[in-house]
Amino acid sequence: MKYKKKNRNVGIVGIGETKFSSHREDVNQPEMIHEAVRQALDDAGLKIDDIDCVLHGNMELFEMIHQPDLWHVLGTGAYGKDSFRLTTGGTTGGTLVCAADNLVASGMYDVVMAIGFEKLQEGHTTGGITNMADPLWARKLQTGALTAQAAVKLIDEFGAERARRAAMTYRIIMDKHACKNPNSHRAFGLDWDQMDDLIKNSPPLIGDLRLIHMCSQSDGACVIIFASEEKAKQITQTPVWIRDHITVHREETLDLHNNFYPNRTTHRFAAEQLYKRNGIINPLEYFDVFEMYDPSAWWGVDWLREFFLLKDDEHLKLVENREIMIDGKMPINPSGGVIAANPIGATAMVRTAEAAKQIRGNAGPHQIPRPVNHALASSFGGTMWTVLTILEKDLNWQGGDHE
Amino acid sequence: MSGKVAVCAVAQIKNEPDIWYQRFQGMLLDCFESIISQTGVTFDMETGIRNIITCSDDVFDARTISDNGMTDAVGAHFRGEEKIAQDGINGLGYAMACILSGHDDVVLLMGHCKESQSESRNMCTNLSFDPFFCRPLGMDFTNASAFQARAYMNKSGVTDDHLAKIVARSRQMGAKNPFARKNNPISEQDVLNSPMLADPIRQLHQYPVTDWAVGMLICCEARAHEFTDTPVFLTGFGNCMDSYFLGDRELTSNFALKKAAQRAFRMAGISDPKKDFDIAELNDAIAYQLPMWAEGLGLADEGQGGKWVDSGALDAQHVNLSGGMLNGNPVMLGGLARATEAILQLQGKAGDRQVEGAKKAVAHGTTGPAGQHHSVLILENQGV
Repeated sequence: MKYKKKNRNVGIVGIGETKFSSHREDVNQPEMIHEAVRQALDDAGLKIDDIDCVLHGNMELFEMIHQPDLWHVLGTGAYGKDSFRLTTGGTTGGTLVCAADNLVASGMYDVVMAIGFEKLQEGHTTGGITNMADPLWARKLQTGALTAQAAVKLIDEFGAERARRAAMTYRIIMDKHACKNPNSHRAFGLDWDQMDDLIKNSPPLIGDLRLIHMCSQSDGACVIIFASEEKAKQITQTPVWIRDHITVHREETLDLHNNFYPNRTTHRFAAEQLYKRNGIINPLEYFDVFEMYDPSAWWGVDWLREFFLLKDDEHLKLVENREIMIDGKMPINPSGGVIAANPIGATAMVRTAEAAKQIRGNAGPHQIPRPVNHALASSFGGTMWTVLTILEKDLNWQGGDHE
Repeated sequence: MSGKVAVCAVAQIKNEPDIWYQRFQGMLLDCFESIISQTGVTFDMETGIRNIITCSDDVFDARTISDNGMTDAVGAHFRGEEKIAQDGINGLGYAMACILSGHDDVVLLMGHCKESQSESRNMCTNLSFDPFFCRPLGMDFTNASAFQARAYMNKSGVTDDHLAKIVARSRQMGAKNPFARKNNPISEQDVLNSPMLADPIRQLHQYPVTDWAVGMLICCEARAHEFTDTPVFLTGFGNCMDSYFLGDRELTSNFALKKAAQRAFRMAGISDPKKDFDIAELNDAIAYQLPMWAEGLGLADEGQGGKWVDSGALDAQHVNLSGGMLNGNPVMLGGLARATEAILQLQGKAGDRQVEGAKKAVAHGTTGPAGQHHSVLILENQGV
């Protein structure tokens, strides 16, 4: 395959995340962003003058601000700088990471700061998401991001009892991780003895999707600073390198019968393409951590099979054997994941930020208790869209079919 | 940076007041199919388009995530798609990064806006102001520009007569451009008589509500020959953000535009903007902006906007031969429309308005109230 080597390497040199919560009434939008910007600059030991270009992303209709980067310049520090605004729904934070990587690797900018944010308290998230559907064909049917499709699929394939227990096991593990992460919006302290009760009694939302399975709507901002290899090595002892990224979207407006396109999920398609061009044969062996954009426990379980290219019930076994716990064979979301906090425009960037912190070894109480060299971060949005990013501790990767 | 970035093809529909008979997907599909037939490009994962950059806006589309609902119409089904939520000219700057980084060989850029869909564009742009201080005052892009217009006209000797001249010229130029919005011909006197919108801005001083879509195929230099015999190279890009509160800004200083231009000129090796460009396309959403942005770009001398208009520089420097945004392009695409015209000129495909032997062009875009964010793009047809 014809993939060129990057023009130059790009490293993550600074990370900032606000505390995530349901209400940040103490700050307005630029002030909240400013918290994360300040943290990222301090983390990198940089001043705002060191930043060449600022990227900004969130969804306009969630807070009803048109072109919010214009007002937010009060908190972003973009004054007098180059700036881009990119938005792709839930994948926005992931798209910003890809864009920052491209902009730095291109040589156009040496140091780029990417900002993902959302203050969902100030709008109506489910109404906002419903508004993405086609006004003629689908809007009356859309129920925000709520769907029990994955539950139906898992129950059909593995039976109700096993599927429901797997989803709740996943949910409890994520909550245990969230309890370790001081930034979590929701950390309940769930325990294994609540399993049967939650499966039966958590309020149902749609079909087998229950309240406990679903992500929250949160306020929060995430900032990552990216630098060229030369600059990154000057700025920090522990840069985290962006090895590669891929974006895969889908939309069936014209393809109502699904006859023309691969019968695969975007997650699996993205994973296949990305691993192939990077020569990663066994992703489950290769990666030390995976930060997944998992909007519900059902999706989390189902998507494990797609991202790791697993067969049959291998993904279920990972969950059932609790291999996805922070000290397990393949730690998934030591941060608690998206079910613990979902400020949508920031969420996908938090996945990369958390994966990078794990590689640096300073994630805090939710640091994985063994060395982390290779990390994977995913984003999810739109009509089943995927962004997948590989992060590395060292600049020593080999293999793959880059020219 | 390695190599250069080439635009291989552009496709656009005609600018119209209200494309009621077509959805935005259909508008994009017309452009998309033209690009495919012009270039023969494919979506092969090895040699074709793997990444599509789209340009649109959630508020004007009245859709959260406005890039959904068209991903398949722009070829992004099981391919990458990234939406630039700014004036589409920034999509070209980002396309340069995609290619120069080595991540992509071939990128498709697709932009659309149906400005006619909104009840009032001023209600939409009012939403760009903070909900605490400015929004309740009724601020929008029109009245914000009025502050700037008055201050600038005082500074640079630009009068109501100059503005009338600019608008009448724009309509004459637009009439020669088959893709331009079809407007009634107007005289300078008509402009002078048109009702006041926000003093000193008159109704005819502002661009009319317009619907439009455009597509471009962009690739690395080494592969341009596969798709075209007339590549146009993107050789410089810069953009810049000014501060938010109008009172915090020196409204006539062109702060952001000068910085954006500086960066783009440095990248492309431009030393004398008055002489170096054969074509200049400026994002004149409102008539006073044409001389003002010309000063910011260095096409006119600082504070001499009025004299610049009187001197005939608009024709001599080939400024906005397309008719400009004043003749009608939708918001969010004003800059991308400028780049589109520059590309047609450099390809030698500008029809009746063609400038013979045009080699170098500057295209400019702006977003936000009173030019808070500016973008400058340099294009050439012979490379560097």
